[in-house]
Amino acid sequence: MKPRLERETIGLRVAKEFFDGAVVNLGGGLPTLASNFMEEGKTVFFHSENGMLGFGPVEYEESEQSVYRMNASGQLVQAKPGMCFFNHATSFAMIRGGHIDISVLGALQVSEKGDLANWMIPSRQVGIIGGAMDLAFSCNKLIVAMEHTTPKGERKILKECNYPLTAPQCVDLIVTDVAVIEVTPDGLVLKEIAPGWTPKDVQEITEPKLIIAKDLKEITL
Amino acid sequence: MTSKVYNSFQEAVADIPDGALILIGGFGGIAPVPQNLIKALELKGTKNLTIASNNAGGDGQLGLGNIGGQPYYDHEALVWNGQVSKFIGAVPASIVVSKPNAFEQMYREGKVELEIVPQGTLAERIRAGGAGVGAFYVPVGVGTVAEKGKEKRVINGKEMVLEYGLRGDFAFVRAHKADRYGNLVYKGVMRAFNAVMAMAAETVIAEVDEIVEPGEIDPECVVTPGIFVDRIVAVPKGEATL
Repeated sequence: MKPRLERETIGLRVAKEFFDGAVVNLGGGLPTLASNFMEEGKTVFFHSENGMLGFGPVEYEESEQSVYRMNASGQLVQAKPGMCFFNHATSFAMIRGGHIDISVLGALQVSEKGDLANWMIPSRQVGIIGGAMDLAFSCNKLIVAMEHTTPKGERKILKECNYPLTAPQCVDLIVTDVAVIEVTPDGLVLKEIAPGWTPKDVQEITEPKLIIAKDLKEITL
Repeated sequence: MTSKVYNSFQEAVADIPDGALILIGGFGGIAPVPQNLIKALELKGTKNLTIASNNAGGDGQLGLGNIGGQPYYDHEALVWNGQVSKFIGAVPASIVVSKPNAFEQMYREGKVELEIVPQGTLAERIRAGGAGVGAFYVPVGVGTVAEKGKEKRVINGKEMVLEYGLRGDFAFVRAHKADRYGNLVYKGVMRAFNAVMAMAAETVIAEVDEIVEPGEIDPECVVTPGIFVDRIVAVPKGEATL
């Protein structure tokens, strides 16, 4: 088995997509790791669906005030000058009104057309939509951050998703522990690859045919 | 005018009938929930309730909002107690697959009904309900389970689904401070669903840390204007406030 990138490294690679001044919403789990790795000199406004914008990195010390600064993943975050709070209807007006530049979500499955399935494992009979549908339908750029395969080694990037969809044709970029893949009208383009991996290795654990980018390169941070 | 201040949580929920639709604020252990109102309703034993909330409850046991090591109380208690027949919300199941909550277990046994709603649609349905808006169209949900059985229409070249406003018979909300007229202020992410639901029920009951005299809250800072709020109850001093 070739080494795969650590979760933190996936977070770091995702954070490279955040441009100066971007408004970014991070989904729970792996995506929230991206907020801990901001480059100096870059201003990014993180949005949390429970009504908070412009906050700082994760806070590890609980205080009387910090409990009122919890992000949607249940982590306390640091206060930052210029941050603000608002109610849920306003928070989703930001999301649904197209005011969020980049949304980072986890995924159970992604299809070659960019369909996303991340809210329900059918065997569980009941799923969790949360804010994922609103984000997937509405944000300007959707990045999926996930492990390339399931813990059992099953493929997650498929020709068609067989789990219920969160939104059709919404994913723009897939960042995994072995590759960075762009969703284009022509198909999935393999842009970057983990050290030690070949396009053939990545293709083996990816169902749809990958288009190899002319300028394919190693993932760097 | 009659006073909005109630002396106990029991009195504040005394007239809630069986079959009521209750909006419950908070946000799955991340924003504070009106836990004393929930406790009072559990003691009263009101049945056949429809609960509309972001989560179906139980998240306080998972370390979320588990402030100072004390799991807080939420509406999962009403589900366990057999008082809930239907849930409307975005997160009916536990976020930790290996620790199922009461609602998902009862749902699998066919004992409760579920109306699953994208979170933004839930917030907007409640906002609309409170504002007297009957229904609205949104693109969220087209081509997914969320469009099932709903009328669709193309607006500005985009396919959209019709969503109806949602108004409660009662709303339980958690705020930081109220004045006697019902003006509310919150702390940080306490706003979440609390400040939306506070505008969207026939009877809105607010659980607060402190009740003050009119004028003590800066009018520039009021988040929920008092006319939306019908009853206010303060958490007794010294009791857990989250």
